[in-house]
Amino acid sequence: MTVRAVETWTLEPLTTYVTEAGARLVLLMTPAGQVLAQSGFSRAVDVMAASALGAAIVASTNELARLMHQPPFAGLSHQGQRNGIFLSAFETDRGRLTVLVVYELDASSLGLVQLFLEQLVADLRAASPKAGAPKQVLAADFERELNDSLNSLFGR
Amino acid sequence: MSAASPMGRALDLITRVRGVRGAMVVSRADGLIVAEQLMEGIKGGAVAALASSLAGRLQRAMVSAGLGPSQFWHLQCDHGALLVVPAGAAATLLLVAVTEADVNVGLVRLELLRAAETAG
Repeated sequence: MTVRAVETWTLEPLTTYVTEAGARLVLLMTPAGQVLAQSGFSRAVDVMAASALGAAIVASTNELARLMHQPPFAGLSHQGQRNGIFLSAFETDRGRLTVLVVYELDASSLGLVQLFLEQLVADLRAASPKAGAPKQVLAADFERELNDSLNSLFGR
Repeated sequence: MSAASPMGRALDLITRVRGVRGAMVVSRADGLIVAEQLMEGIKGGAVAALASSLAGRLQRAMVSAGLGPSQFWHLQCDHGALLVVPAGAAATLLLVAVTEADVNVGLVRLELLRAAETAG
Protein backbone atom coordinates (compact mmCIF):
# COMPACT_ATOMS: atom_id res chain seq x y z
CA MET A 1 0.00 0.00 0.00
CA THR A 2 1.57 3.31 -1.09
CA VAL A 3 1.53 6.29 1.21
CA ARG A 4 1.36 9.71 -0.48
CA ALA A 5 2.13 12.85 1.48
CA VAL A 6 1.83 16.58 1.01
CA GLU A 7 4.18 17.06 3.95
CA THR A 8 7.03 14.59 3.51
CA TRP A 9 7.95 14.32 7.23
CA THR A 10 4.76 12.27 7.67
CA LEU A 11 5.76 9.68 5.06
CA GLU A 12 7.96 7.33 7.06
CA PRO A 13 5.84 7.16 10.25
CA LEU A 14 2.69 6.61 8.23
CA THR A 15 4.24 3.94 5.98
CA THR A 16 5.34 2.01 9.07
CA TYR A 17 1.91 2.37 10.64
CA VAL A 18 0.01 1.17 7.57
CA THR A 19 2.21 -1.94 7.36
CA GLU A 20 2.13 -2.80 11.06
CA ALA A 21 -1.55 -2.13 11.74
CA GLY A 22 -2.77 -3.71 8.50
CA ALA A 23 -4.86 -0.64 7.77
CA ARG A 24 -6.79 -0.46 4.49
CA LEU A 25 -7.20 3.32 4.32
CA VAL A 26 -5.46 6.03 6.34
CA LEU A 27 -5.84 9.80 6.28
CA LEU A 28 -3.69 12.19 8.27
CA MET A 29 -5.17 15.66 8.42
CA THR A 30 -5.56 18.85 10.39
CA PRO A 31 -8.75 19.42 12.43
CA ALA A 32 -9.93 21.66 9.56
CA GLY A 33 -9.76 18.71 7.15
CA GLN A 34 -6.58 19.71 5.30
CA VAL A 35 -4.96 16.42 4.27
CA LEU A 36 -1.25 15.94 5.04
CA ALA A 37 -0.97 12.33 3.85
CA GLN A 38 -3.08 9.42 2.67
CA SER A 39 -2.79 5.73 2.04
CA GLY A 40 -5.13 3.45 0.12
CA PHE A 41 -7.34 6.02 -1.59
CA SER A 42 -7.47 5.96 -5.37
CA ARG A 43 -9.72 8.95 -6.09
CA ALA A 44 -9.29 12.56 -5.01
CA VAL A 45 -13.00 12.94 -4.45
CA ASP A 46 -12.93 10.12 -1.85
CA VAL A 47 -10.08 11.79 0.03
CA MET A 48 -11.90 15.11 0.08
CA ALA A 49 -15.16 13.52 1.26
CA ALA A 50 -13.45 11.39 3.93
CA SER A 51 -11.37 14.29 5.24
CA ALA A 52 -14.38 16.60 5.42
CA LEU A 53 -16.50 13.96 7.19
CA GLY A 54 -13.65 12.96 9.53
CA ALA A 55 -13.02 16.57 10.50
CA ALA A 56 -16.76 17.07 11.08
CA ILE A 57 -16.96 13.98 13.33
CA VAL A 58 -13.98 15.14 15.40
CA ALA A 59 -15.49 18.63 15.69
CA SER A 60 -18.83 17.14 16.80
CA THR A 61 -17.28 14.88 19.43
CA ASN A 62 -15.13 17.75 20.69
CA GLU A 63 -18.28 19.79 21.17
CA LEU A 64 -19.98 16.88 22.98
CA ALA A 65 -16.96 16.64 25.27
CA ARG A 66 -17.12 20.38 25.91
CA LEU A 67 -20.80 20.11 26.84
CA MET A 68 -19.88 17.39 29.33
CA HIS A 69 -17.04 19.57 30.70
CA GLN A 70 -14.51 16.96 29.61
CA PRO A 71 -11.29 17.24 27.61
CA PRO A 72 -11.64 16.26 23.92
CA PHE A 73 -12.02 12.52 23.28
CA ALA A 74 -8.75 10.80 22.41
CA GLY A 75 -10.29 8.26 20.08
CA LEU A 76 -13.49 7.23 18.39
CA SER A 77 -14.21 3.74 17.11
CA HIS A 78 -17.03 2.63 14.84
CA GLN A 79 -17.24 -1.02 13.94
CA GLY A 80 -19.33 -2.53 11.18
CA GLN A 81 -19.74 -6.13 10.04
CA ARG A 82 -16.64 -6.23 7.81
CA ASN A 83 -14.83 -2.94 8.41
CA GLY A 84 -14.00 -0.70 11.30
CA ILE A 85 -13.24 3.02 11.45
CA PHE A 86 -11.01 4.60 14.06
CA LEU A 87 -10.49 8.33 14.49
CA SER A 88 -8.00 9.90 16.84
CA ALA A 89 -6.68 13.41 17.42
CA PHE A 90 -3.37 14.30 19.05
CA GLU A 91 -0.98 17.23 19.50
CA THR A 92 2.29 17.61 17.59
CA ASP A 93 4.67 20.52 17.03
CA ARG A 94 2.90 20.96 13.68
CA GLY A 95 -0.32 21.55 15.65
CA ARG A 96 -3.24 19.27 16.41
CA LEU A 97 -3.61 16.44 13.90
CA THR A 98 -6.31 13.89 13.24
CA VAL A 99 -5.84 10.40 11.87
CA LEU A 100 -8.65 8.41 10.29
CA VAL A 101 -8.07 4.68 9.87
CA VAL A 102 -10.28 2.19 8.05
CA TYR A 103 -9.45 -1.47 8.66
CA GLU A 104 -10.91 -4.76 7.56
CA LEU A 105 -11.90 -7.03 10.43
CA ASP A 106 -10.42 -10.02 8.57
CA ALA A 107 -7.00 -8.40 8.32
CA SER A 108 -6.71 -6.25 11.44
CA SER A 109 -8.52 -5.33 14.66
CA LEU A 110 -9.26 -2.35 16.84
CA GLY A 111 -6.59 -3.57 19.26
CA LEU A 112 -3.89 -3.57 16.57
CA VAL A 113 -4.99 -0.21 15.17
CA GLN A 114 -4.84 1.35 18.65
CA LEU A 115 -1.62 -0.42 19.62
CA PHE A 116 0.37 0.84 16.64
CA LEU A 117 -1.29 4.27 16.82
CA GLU A 118 0.72 4.95 19.99
CA GLN A 119 3.89 4.39 17.97
CA LEU A 120 2.60 6.49 15.07
CA VAL A 121 1.88 9.42 17.39
CA ALA A 122 5.36 9.15 18.94
CA ASP A 123 7.00 8.96 15.49
CA LEU A 124 5.01 11.91 14.16
CA ARG A 125 5.86 13.98 17.23
CA ALA A 126 9.54 13.21 16.75
CA ALA A 127 9.45 14.05 13.04
CA SER A 128 7.13 17.06 13.05
CA PRO A 129 8.52 20.51 12.26
CA LYS A 130 8.04 23.29 14.79
CA ALA A 131 4.89 25.33 14.14
CA GLY A 132 5.75 28.59 12.41
CA ALA A 133 3.71 31.75 12.06
CA PRO A 134 0.39 30.94 10.37
CA LYS A 135 0.62 31.57 6.63
CA GLN A 136 -1.89 33.98 5.14
CA VAL A 137 -4.12 32.20 2.66
CA LEU A 138 -4.82 34.26 -0.43
CA ALA A 139 -7.74 33.41 -2.67
CA ALA A 140 -5.43 33.55 -5.69
CA ASP A 141 -3.14 30.90 -4.22
CA PHE A 142 -5.85 28.67 -2.84
CA GLU A 143 -6.77 26.78 -5.99
CA ARG A 144 -3.15 26.30 -7.02
CA GLU A 145 -2.19 25.03 -3.55
CA LEU A 146 -5.20 22.72 -3.51
CA ASN A 147 -4.23 21.28 -6.90
CA ASP A 148 -0.60 20.88 -5.79
CA SER A 149 -1.76 19.01 -2.67
CA LEU A 150 -4.02 16.70 -4.66
CA ASN A 151 -1.21 16.03 -7.14
CA SER A 152 1.11 15.10 -4.26
CA LEU A 153 -1.53 12.86 -2.69
CA PHE A 154 -2.06 10.91 -5.89
CA GLY A 155 1.47 10.95 -7.26
CA ARG A 156 0.61 12.93 -10.40
CA MET B 1 -11.91 -7.16 37.56
CA SER B 2 -13.41 -8.51 40.77
CA ALA B 3 -12.24 -12.00 41.71
CA ALA B 4 -15.89 -12.82 42.53
CA SER B 5 -16.99 -12.36 38.90
CA PRO B 6 -16.90 -15.43 36.59
CA MET B 7 -14.01 -13.95 34.62
CA GLY B 8 -12.14 -12.96 37.77
CA ARG B 9 -12.50 -16.52 39.05
CA ALA B 10 -11.35 -17.86 35.69
CA LEU B 11 -8.22 -15.72 35.83
CA ASP B 12 -7.60 -16.73 39.45
CA LEU B 13 -7.48 -20.39 38.40
CA ILE B 14 -4.74 -19.64 35.89
CA THR B 15 -2.60 -17.20 37.86
CA ARG B 16 -2.48 -19.53 40.88
CA VAL B 17 -0.20 -21.86 38.93
CA ARG B 18 3.46 -21.38 39.80
CA GLY B 19 5.37 -19.67 36.97
CA VAL B 20 2.36 -17.87 35.47
CA ARG B 21 3.17 -14.16 35.21
CA GLY B 22 -0.29 -13.09 34.13
CA ALA B 23 -3.53 -14.05 32.47
CA MET B 24 -6.03 -12.21 30.36
CA VAL B 25 -9.43 -12.62 28.80
CA VAL B 26 -9.25 -11.04 25.35
CA SER B 27 -12.00 -10.23 22.88
CA ARG B 28 -11.04 -12.27 19.83
CA ALA B 29 -12.66 -10.00 17.23
CA ASP B 30 -11.18 -6.69 18.30
CA GLY B 31 -8.07 -7.67 20.27
CA LEU B 32 -9.03 -5.69 23.37
CA ILE B 33 -8.65 -6.82 26.99
CA VAL B 34 -11.87 -7.90 28.70
CA ALA B 35 -10.26 -8.82 32.03
CA GLU B 36 -6.67 -9.15 33.23
CA GLN B 37 -4.45 -10.18 36.11
CA LEU B 38 -0.93 -9.28 35.04
CA MET B 39 2.37 -8.75 36.78
CA GLU B 40 4.03 -5.38 36.34
CA GLY B 41 6.04 -4.96 33.16
CA ILE B 42 3.75 -6.99 30.89
CA LYS B 43 2.24 -4.83 28.15
CA GLY B 44 -1.25 -6.29 28.32
CA GLY B 45 -2.72 -4.22 25.49
CA ALA B 46 0.04 -5.23 23.10
CA VAL B 47 -0.16 -8.91 24.04
CA ALA B 48 -3.96 -8.88 23.63
CA ALA B 49 -3.89 -7.17 20.23
CA LEU B 50 -1.13 -9.38 18.83
CA ALA B 51 -2.55 -12.61 20.30
CA SER B 52 -5.96 -11.99 18.75
CA SER B 53 -4.34 -11.17 15.40
CA LEU B 54 -2.33 -14.37 15.59
CA ALA B 55 -5.43 -16.34 16.62
CA GLY B 56 -7.26 -15.15 13.51
CA ARG B 57 -4.39 -16.17 11.22
CA LEU B 58 -3.85 -19.51 12.95
CA GLN B 59 -7.56 -20.23 12.72
CA ARG B 60 -7.48 -19.69 8.96
CA ALA B 61 -4.36 -21.83 8.63
CA MET B 62 -5.91 -24.69 10.65
CA VAL B 63 -9.18 -24.59 8.76
CA SER B 64 -7.35 -24.38 5.39
CA ALA B 65 -5.32 -27.43 6.37
CA GLY B 66 -8.55 -29.26 7.16
CA LEU B 67 -7.72 -29.55 10.86
CA GLY B 68 -10.67 -27.59 12.24
CA PRO B 69 -10.47 -24.71 14.71
CA SER B 70 -7.53 -24.61 17.13
CA GLN B 71 -8.15 -25.61 20.76
CA PHE B 72 -4.86 -24.71 22.41
CA TRP B 73 -1.61 -23.11 21.35
CA HIS B 74 1.73 -22.79 23.04
CA LEU B 75 4.42 -20.37 21.88
CA GLN B 76 7.73 -21.15 23.54
CA CYS B 77 10.27 -18.32 23.71
CA ASP B 78 13.72 -17.94 25.32
CA HIS B 79 12.41 -16.32 28.49
CA GLY B 80 8.89 -17.64 28.73
CA ALA B 81 5.83 -18.80 26.90
CA LEU B 82 2.42 -17.69 25.72
CA LEU B 83 -0.40 -20.19 26.11
CA VAL B 84 -3.81 -19.55 24.60
CA VAL B 85 -7.19 -21.28 24.66
CA PRO B 86 -10.34 -20.06 22.84
CA ALA B 87 -13.30 -19.54 25.18
CA GLY B 88 -16.84 -18.24 25.36
CA ALA B 89 -19.84 -18.88 23.15
CA ALA B 90 -18.66 -19.46 19.55
CA ALA B 91 -15.08 -18.95 20.79
CA THR B 92 -15.45 -15.17 20.83
CA LEU B 93 -12.91 -14.86 23.65
CA LEU B 94 -9.32 -15.93 24.15
CA LEU B 95 -7.80 -16.94 27.46
CA VAL B 96 -4.15 -15.95 27.39
CA ALA B 97 -1.49 -16.95 29.92
CA VAL B 98 1.97 -15.36 30.00
CA THR B 99 4.38 -17.70 31.76
CA GLU B 100 7.99 -18.21 32.70
CA ALA B 101 10.09 -20.63 30.66
CA ASP B 102 10.09 -23.42 33.23
CA VAL B 103 6.35 -23.45 33.93
CA ASN B 104 4.40 -26.69 34.06
CA VAL B 105 2.71 -26.34 30.66
CA GLY B 106 0.38 -29.29 31.22
CA LEU B 107 -0.99 -27.79 34.41
CA VAL B 108 -1.46 -24.33 32.87
CA ARG B 109 -3.22 -25.93 29.89
CA LEU B 110 -5.55 -27.77 32.23
CA GLU B 111 -6.38 -24.60 34.15
CA LEU B 112 -6.87 -22.65 30.90
CA LEU B 113 -9.35 -25.27 29.68
CA ARG B 114 -11.16 -25.25 33.05
CA ALA B 115 -11.22 -21.46 33.03
CA ALA B 116 -12.56 -21.49 29.47
CA GLU B 117 -15.55 -23.50 30.72
CA THR B 118 -16.08 -20.98 33.54
CA ALA B 119 -15.77 -17.99 31.19
CA GLY B 120 -18.10 -19.61 28.65
